[in-house]
Amino acid sequence: MICRETQRLLDAYVDNELDVRGAIEVEEHLERCPSCAAEEKGLRELQMSVRTNLTRYAMPKGVEARLLASLRGVEPAVPPASGHPAVPIQSARRFRSRAWTWALAPAAAAAAVLVVAVPRIWTQSAEAPVADAVVAAHVRSLLANHLTDVASSDQHTVKPWFQGKLDYSVSVTDWAAEGFPLVGGRLDYVENTRAASLVYKRAQHTINLFIWPSKRGGDEPLRRASEQGYNAYGWAKDGMQYWAVSDVNEAELQKFVELARR
Amino acid sequence: MPDHVASFEQLVLPHLQAGYNLARWLLRNDADAEDVMQEAMVRAFRYFGSFSGLNPRAWLLAVVRNSAYTFLRQNRVRELGTEFDETEHQDPAAEQTSETPEVLLLRSAQQRFLNQAVEALPVEFREVFVLREMEGLSYKEIADLANVPIGTVMSRLSRARRRLQAVIGRREQAGSTS
Repeated sequence: MICRETQRLLDAYVDNELDVRGAIEVEEHLERCPSCAAEEKGLRELQMSVRTNLTRYAMPKGVEARLLASLRGVEPAVPPASGHPAVPIQSARRFRSRAWTWALAPAAAAAAVLVVAVPRIWTQSAEAPVADAVVAAHVRSLLANHLTDVASSDQHTVKPWFQGKLDYSVSVTDWAAEGFPLVGGRLDYVENTRAASLVYKRAQHTINLFIWPSKRGGDEPLRRASEQGYNAYGWAKDGMQYWAVSDVNEAELQKFVELARR
Repeated sequence: MPDHVASFEQLVLPHLQAGYNLARWLLRNDADAEDVMQEAMVRAFRYFGSFSGLNPRAWLLAVVRNSAYTFLRQNRVRELGTEFDETEHQDPAAEQTSETPEVLLLRSAQQRFLNQAVEALPVEFREVFVLREMEGLSYKEIADLANVPIGTVMSRLSRARRRLQAVIGRREQAGSTS
């Protein structure tokens, strides 16, 4: 790693925002390079100074009471969720209507399961962290310029590369003909498990397809999450968990997901 | 309705203090911070039904942040979208301070200097810096909250820190030569 690259990542390194590989590369550079190491020290000193010296403003006397008083007579604009406050009312509703568009897909049987299962799965709080984790892993892969550990468009190169690094095998297919060329593979870490990530391109966009053994086993219907401009689709098949994440538009990601689920 | 009030009190009110601190840093004076908090509280209460239930603190901070930007757009539009120009900003010591004399007396020079240096950052940079260093939010949480890409969070944070280092460095140099 060169100085310029290290300096670009130094803030993220100090903030513990890099993935393990990125952090190790920065560390290795810092050991060899006194000038970058001095910058790191400076950043940490600033952080320390800020955390001890910057004023945390407390509300002046009487403000809290006035704030609470200002709520008197205010009506909720969105009807409260019945019983449990933590149900994402709007997204669940939006999601249900989306489930109906999926129901138009040819696999009618699978779609029927989806319509019933999706709202239930979506409200399970355990689901959101997984979607969160794969989106975060996707973002890290872009941020640290560590898209691939093995860069190859040849599925016969990428698949064997994972052998010996994972205790399960993943099937790798290049969908260049369909407009989603394979660019390589990467080891990642999701749900406290080593995950394979297959990296595909769609024009300038990157798609990460994460694969790891499902904790629950079996098959699971398709579900969708959307965060901060990234779309993610997850499903499980034959005991393996799959998540496709990208900032490509939704219709194209759906096309990719259809290929991946074949 | 009673459910709504009860869960609002339980989930959101514990984070009022964090919300106020953010408003105070974005607006830089107590009176405007209180106005913005009033607005934010009413918005938060009205739209509490759309809260996803995951992180009430980040959610309240987002409401406060949006209210603060609405206020700035209406009242101090010149503070928004300021690009980071190394020559434009003077040393914070030379800029006017929002502190009352009593508070100033109590605080060490170091604290005062640092507060003023952070206050002198353009609001978009100050926001990212305060959310990271005072609220400990992750890049991704900040990106969600401020509705900007993660790369923008990273570069704003980095430039804010370099700016503060430069200001602090100049002050130390001036201190040692005088």
